[in-house]
Amino acid sequence: MTKDAELPPAGTSTEEAVVPVEGGTTPPVGVPPVGKRATGGRRKPLPGESRWIAGLFLLPAAVFLLGIVFYPLVYTLIRSLFNDGPSGEATGFAGFANYVHIFTQSDGLEAFKNNVLWVVIVPALVTILGLMFAVLTERVRFSSAFKIVLFMPMAISFLAAGITWSLIYVDEPSQGLGNAIVTGIHDTFSPSTSYPELHPLNTTVISGSGARGYQTVKPVSSGSPGLLPLTGLDLTAPPPNAKPAAQPTGSGLTGVVWNDFKLGGGGKSGVIDQGELGIPGIEVQAVQGGNVVATTSTAADGTFSFPSLTSGSYTLALPHSDFVAAFGGVSWLGKTLITPAIMLSYLWIYTGFAMVLLAAGMAAIPREALEAARIDGATEWQVFRRVTVPLLSPVLLVVFVTMVINVLKIFDIVFILQQPAGGNAKYANVLAVQLYTDYGNQQFGAASAVGILLVILVIPAMIFQVRNFRKESR
Amino acid sequence: MRMKSKKLAVTTLAVASLLTAAACGGGSSNPPKSSQSNGGSPSGGPNLQGVSYDVLGQWTGGEQKAFQAVIDAFDQQTGASGNYTPAAGGDEAGVLGTKVAGGTPPDIAILSLPGAIAQYASSNKMFPASSDVQSAVSANFASEWGTLGSYKGQLYCAPVDASNKSTVWYNTKSFSNAGISSPPTTWDEWLKDGKTLSASGVQVPISVGGGDGWTLTDWFENVYLRTAGVQKYDQLTHHQIPWTDPSVATALNTLKQMWGDPQLIGSPQQAVKVSFTSSVDNVFKSNPTSAIVYEASFVATTITSDKLPAKVGVDAKVFPFPSVNGSQPVVEAAGDFACAFSKNKAAMPFLAFLASPEAAKLLVGTEGSGFLSVNKNVPSSSYNDPTSAALAKQMVQVGNNFRFDMSDQAPAEFGGTPNKGEWGDLQTFLTNGDVKAAQQQLEKDAGAANWG
Repeated sequence: MTKDAELPPAGTSTEEAVVPVEGGTTPPVGVPPVGKRATGGRRKPLPGESRWIAGLFLLPAAVFLLGIVFYPLVYTLIRSLFNDGPSGEATGFAGFANYVHIFTQSDGLEAFKNNVLWVVIVPALVTILGLMFAVLTERVRFSSAFKIVLFMPMAISFLAAGITWSLIYVDEPSQGLGNAIVTGIHDTFSPSTSYPELHPLNTTVISGSGARGYQTVKPVSSGSPGLLPLTGLDLTAPPPNAKPAAQPTGSGLTGVVWNDFKLGGGGKSGVIDQGELGIPGIEVQAVQGGNVVATTSTAADGTFSFPSLTSGSYTLALPHSDFVAAFGGVSWLGKTLITPAIMLSYLWIYTGFAMVLLAAGMAAIPREALEAARIDGATEWQVFRRVTVPLLSPVLLVVFVTMVINVLKIFDIVFILQQPAGGNAKYANVLAVQLYTDYGNQQFGAASAVGILLVILVIPAMIFQVRNFRKESR
Repeated sequence: MRMKSKKLAVTTLAVASLLTAAACGGGSSNPPKSSQSNGGSPSGGPNLQGVSYDVLGQWTGGEQKAFQAVIDAFDQQTGASGNYTPAAGGDEAGVLGTKVAGGTPPDIAILSLPGAIAQYASSNKMFPASSDVQSAVSANFASEWGTLGSYKGQLYCAPVDASNKSTVWYNTKSFSNAGISSPPTTWDEWLKDGKTLSASGVQVPISVGGGDGWTLTDWFENVYLRTAGVQKYDQLTHHQIPWTDPSVATALNTLKQMWGDPQLIGSPQQAVKVSFTSSVDNVFKSNPTSAIVYEASFVATTITSDKLPAKVGVDAKVFPFPSVNGSQPVVEAAGDFACAFSKNKAAMPFLAFLASPEAAKLLVGTEGSGFLSVNKNVPSSSYNDPTSAALAKQMVQVGNNFRFDMSDQAPAEFGGTPNKGEWGDLQTFLTNGDVKAAQQQLEKDAGAANWG
């Protein structure tokens, strides 16, 4: 009998004796019963099985556990029920005021709301993405290579990952990868050259706004050239093709758009002074009765002319497209996007982790079940939906619950990515960060209340997880 | 105000060596009455042979070096041995709080928040100043500085350094490009010059570092000091009048004239993301995008430590925060105080020494120091550069007509926490310009804080 060799020798501890569960619970015929049953119903406790000795050996661990887990927990619970004095001491019983405080103060409420968002969105996404990658990498060549790449972010600390992502989220498209991509895509579809920095200094000559465009206050006729003074051109680095502004020449309606300011100041407002630059390539419209009659654009010295308009008076307009600011990309760490942006960086880290766990789970699914389904004519989607997912559900659940626990106590990546967000950081607040802030302000009661709230929130997930582990070890 | 612990690396060797001579000369000709009156030790100070004391602070870099020079001088005179440690992570309030709560306070701690002085004094964690310290403080400082170091009329802490928070820094090149010959002296002139700078092609004429909420509180405080006056300022400081007071609305509306104008400060959505250091960088980097930045005397420290191409006093100049509607000159100041947390024999003598001109000269004159002192008996020649000397002189000259940073005196959860309380509310105000909503939110947050 070969099976005999695989079984542990009789007389070792009972747990070990029942280990070979794989392949059915009934021992093969002919194998003598092992463990407890081998020695009969009653037996003398072996050395090391005495309760007293066990207790003695457990004592250091128990003391340690009581000292560093139980005592702080109880102390935190008690402290959370007391008010905070000015230098952090407890002053007077507060009841649940500290807890109420979390939900009545704007930042505490924001933290709670964001934590809820995190729990609702992130664990589900991580699990789904992990499953997707696990399934997709299963059948490809070099699947381990893909898995390694996807898993790699797990090897980076949250701090380093946070700093990396804060660089990705830099607003300046020349510095931040995120906006480099976004503006790159945008500009492919609508390239723009304009002068968002220009604006009139003297609004009695030109009125309007950058958003609507500007027009001359007084109408212009072909006899007298139209002067359109603007200011704001960066004189330390003017457009390379700009030439000194000139008096308009040519036939028909003429005019000049120029920067009514020279380096060092001192020019006369509304007059083309020596050293003032023309604004090249800006679109000018001649408007009559509300309708655009003609359109042209300025030369390098700022002059323009409408040779066809020889009579009548027109309003000269600079359309708002002249002043559209270049698309600067998305404000990743702005008010609305900051939490999704941080979630994205978290997904980047944890998707690989979920994938590896789920891939391991899938490897354990019996091939026969999948084969059988395929032979019965199931499509791949049906196999995935009806066979793989149900068989994988215990692992899916473990991944999901682990993520819930992880996400509830999320701190580091949020904290790091809050740093470059400036005033928008408050929109990314989460409970753990709130705890840290309160602690830093020596509001130990308030901080304790947040801590206890986190414990309460995490307990259901913990219970579930512990039960699950117990089920597995049984 | 965590940013204050920035280092300075001014390297004017000649001046520094001159100063050492001046400091020595000053020490002998004008002996501090306090620490030396007990007599006994070889060089005049009390004999503290074998006594060791530790000091907790938040200074690092050049400032730590300057403070160490003071400790060394004291140790040499008395035979004591001092050990200065900067708080881990720069979070001095947190480190000190934990140490005090744990029963192991440092012998001396440097506090920058008068509110903290009151907290620790009221809970008897700190020891009242000895008569030596008292006489040194009253001999060398305007009485208001002593009051800031006191609790219920009893002096506890000695002033160490100060910063002038009514200073507006500008890029001289940008000003000359725009043809502005002299800096503005009134708020309206300031707005007008801002427009001129904008016309001259400066994208964001006035750089507002809204990413750090404390810069905004300083903006508000300077405007409030000028529109509401010192009395209202004191009342608002201690939350004796609510933030919904009309005087607050006036100040916020004044601020809005500037903050609400994209031609002056650029997009507010952008300004609220700019950190204090970036706001300085934007004015003094090689292709500046801004021309003016308001903050405190320690902007000089940022210019040097960020290795910006501007030279303080030449390319980077200062004008006092302009007067609003004809207000009288007034200075907003901040500073650090040394307080004794134990009965260590060296603690009081050291505090007295810190309050002496001798220590102040070392503090401001050590190479790389960014400190200013409001010690009346420190000559301008002690400073490493004329700009610092002028800013210090301005603070000394106003005597008691200055006000300490309001948010530094408020409970930390209101006046000292990033993105929270006053910091966060002013950031919101910067972005939306809603005066009424800002006032209500400020009052709500102030009401929730513990004013002791």
